[in-house]
Amino acid sequence: MSTTTTAHHDEHAEHPTGIMRWLTTTNHKDIGTMYLTFSLIMFFVGGAMILGIRAELFKPGLQLINPDFFNQLIGVHALVMIFAALMPAATGFANWMIPLQIGAPDMALPRLNNWGFWLLPPSAILLTLPFTLALFGIGDGALATGWTFYPPLSVQGGIGVDFAIFAVHLLGISSVLGSINIIVTVFNMRAPGMTLMKMPMFVWGWLITAFLLIATIPVLAGAVTMLLTDRHFGTHFFDAAGGGDPIMFQHLFWFFGHPEVYILLLPVWGFIPQILETFSRKPMYGYKAQVYSFWGVGALSVVVWAHHFFTAGMPVPALLYFMYSTMAISLPLAVMFFCWIKTMWRGSMSFETPMLFTVGWIILFGIGGLTGLVLADVAADAQYHNSYFIVAHFHYTLFAGGIMGIMAGTYYWLPKMTGHMYNEKLGKLHFWLTAISFNLTFIPQFFLGLAGMPRRIPDYALQFAEFNMISSIAAFTLGISQLLFVYNIISCVKGGKKATDQVWEGAKGLEWTLPSPPPYHSFAEQPVIK
Amino acid sequence: MQFFKKIGVGLALMMASVSAFAEYAWNFPEPVTPMALDTLHVHNKFMAICMIIFVVVLAIMVYSIFAHRKSKGYKAVADKPPSTAIEIFWTLIPFAILLLIDFVIMGIPAYHSVVMMEDTRTEAKMVIKITGSQWRWQYEYLDGDAKGIKFVSNLSTPQAQMDKGYQGAKDENYLLEVDNRLVLPVGEKVRILMTASDVLHNWWVPQFGSSRVAVPGFLRETWVQVEKPGTYRGQCKELCGKGHGYMPVVVDALPMEEYKVWVAAKKEEMAKASAGADKEWTKEELMAEGKTVYEKNCAVCHQVSGAGLPPAFPALTGSKIATSPIFGEDGKYLKDGHLDRVLNGIRVMPGWKALLNDVEIAAVVTYERNALGNSVGDVLQPSQVKAARE
Repeated sequence: MSTTTTAHHDEHAEHPTGIMRWLTTTNHKDIGTMYLTFSLIMFFVGGAMILGIRAELFKPGLQLINPDFFNQLIGVHALVMIFAALMPAATGFANWMIPLQIGAPDMALPRLNNWGFWLLPPSAILLTLPFTLALFGIGDGALATGWTFYPPLSVQGGIGVDFAIFAVHLLGISSVLGSINIIVTVFNMRAPGMTLMKMPMFVWGWLITAFLLIATIPVLAGAVTMLLTDRHFGTHFFDAAGGGDPIMFQHLFWFFGHPEVYILLLPVWGFIPQILETFSRKPMYGYKAQVYSFWGVGALSVVVWAHHFFTAGMPVPALLYFMYSTMAISLPLAVMFFCWIKTMWRGSMSFETPMLFTVGWIILFGIGGLTGLVLADVAADAQYHNSYFIVAHFHYTLFAGGIMGIMAGTYYWLPKMTGHMYNEKLGKLHFWLTAISFNLTFIPQFFLGLAGMPRRIPDYALQFAEFNMISSIAAFTLGISQLLFVYNIISCVKGGKKATDQVWEGAKGLEWTLPSPPPYHSFAEQPVIK
Repeated sequence: MQFFKKIGVGLALMMASVSAFAEYAWNFPEPVTPMALDTLHVHNKFMAICMIIFVVVLAIMVYSIFAHRKSKGYKAVADKPPSTAIEIFWTLIPFAILLLIDFVIMGIPAYHSVVMMEDTRTEAKMVIKITGSQWRWQYEYLDGDAKGIKFVSNLSTPQAQMDKGYQGAKDENYLLEVDNRLVLPVGEKVRILMTASDVLHNWWVPQFGSSRVAVPGFLRETWVQVEKPGTYRGQCKELCGKGHGYMPVVVDALPMEEYKVWVAAKKEEMAKASAGADKEWTKEELMAEGKTVYEKNCAVCHQVSGAGLPPAFPALTGSKIATSPIFGEDGKYLKDGHLDRVLNGIRVMPGWKALLNDVEIAAVVTYERNALGNSVGDVLQPSQVKAARE
């Protein structure tokens, strides 16, 4: 980024240049930039995998890939998108924005920060290397179990499973390090006068995310380690023949896996009210209500995990408990949606790209949330479970609710980060292409699921052909549209109209008091909040 | 509740009128069990509720988007921060609405559905056991007239149609046809015990509304009561390896009379097969039978030619196991010998002991030793397999 242009008024900004700058940096903005760049690259890696899948599913019959390779692509697509695209994107924004938003000079633990990032590229390599090794006849490719690692299939699998286990270990360590850093920063480095209940919503979202990560990642690490010892060291944690239980893995996995959903979403939920108040030119409604709702969701998220496998068999009281607790998540979410819409209500709205993405986000994430409410019903879940209905549902929450939120944040803060305005026309075009092709990709999948198409099958019965064809065409449109996003970001980094300090007319908050781009070390003197 | 039904029907009609092409399905397929009927009702009702919430909220938002625009000169209402009491009141309204929807309007019918779904025993007239294995289903009737009937159900779509690059026409029930269908009597509540022999599977027929994971080493249960004669199709819906998309479920629901005829015929067929195990078979007979068994069960991994798909699935052509002796000097079959491997399996390779009868095992072993490029020359008799099992 063009920090060199600002160096002349920031005499402490001496740092190595070239590759060494990025390898050794402890600067929160540099690290944030690396996270975001890494995430963008991996977004395309994961996207390419799923386009392979959609090409195969274009029509019935096998055309391009073998069933085994198909299974590898779906699992690695999910792991890459969740762990290497969405999570690093959120962490990238945390690095960039948390110090700016709370008036801190940098993150509290800068070296840890550097290490946290540099664990990511090796784990991305671990995830994708088995594909390459298989080309040379070593092993039989990446893990082919889906991203959920369910044993006994994962015990049966090849070295791809081991690679994925180690990748998850590294990614987990990276996430925990990042979380510790964020918690320490938020608790210790806020500007004088910024009480917890004055913190921007994004910082709140991340604080709760960080606690969730520290609480659940070790459980995942434990579960996959048990899997590893089952595979290679003769233990029987998940093997009934030795007194274990395959379903126990599902409990452990989803004890992490469900909070993970909110780990991906809470930072984004923090973007939304901030962007809304900027473009509605009016303070957000119900700040306290939103903060308490965040806590409510965070707390509920760790007690509802078993709704991911209702069909695995549970006693009736357990089914009822997990059904009702899952439904309860809709309560804090209803409050949040209400606050967001009330923020827009009677504002003076304008619809620049970040606002478009945010409004689209509210609608599409709303669909994800409402279908989630229906999915909580145990009896109906027997039909939805592992059908394309669930695939559509979680893409509404994770693509619309996650990635489109990240895109809103990117357009919102890009001028602040680079000092240049992006191309507004291209941004709007990107939004409309994304929103329309996203819906055309996934609405047909709801109907496919209802009609009875199971997920994770490489070939399907003739009755599913039409919807799959629509979905595939739309998926390619969706994928190609994202090139606009990259082009817009690159040209914005390179140059463009100068951005003002405030950038947006209605923007409020400490980050907008700094120059665009902010100096290498943000706040030489701590600002004071009244 | 009548209100929601009407809305559900209204929405369904709306969707139906949109679907000019009959090929598109917009909702669950026609339910044929009480459970599926209940699921459809619950689904329609909940979807209607969700659509109402969605449309109302969207309408408010869209109104605001058009009315409260800067470009129209709308000035933001410079509100003083609302008092805490008012804010609490307002934010509790959506909370209360959702509380009502979650735990009363949706919660109460959902409770009854769960209880109904999990009650596998009350008035159950018969019990069957379903075992999932890679990549086929095994059915066993545990009581009543049909007690003792058991068979394996394999995908029967011709391999050529599933091959890469196949351009010709596909069967109407492509990927949804099997060699041996599960047969159930209409109107009887059938308790289903479910397990698996290798990895997780999930036995699912959308029109039955029941779906349960088959867990190796454990028994899970569910039930079906088919109300209408007919053929119903479904698939495995738990990822179970490379053949996951190729293990369909096909159920024939027959009226009681026809079901009884089927049971009698099936029993006779099994008696014949078991008698066959005691007679002496010629090599030609075994080779012919073996080819059928091999192509149905083994070719998925070891390929029709016997070349396998190394490294995961070794070749049988020239394989050490398939060309070395089956029995040791003491007359018992050798550990890690050909028969041992077929009966008991190893790692990814399933054991076939429970899945194939004596004749089929004898035939397939004989076939593997004398075809696929191998020519050991010996013959394994069904009686030897029968003895080896004991």
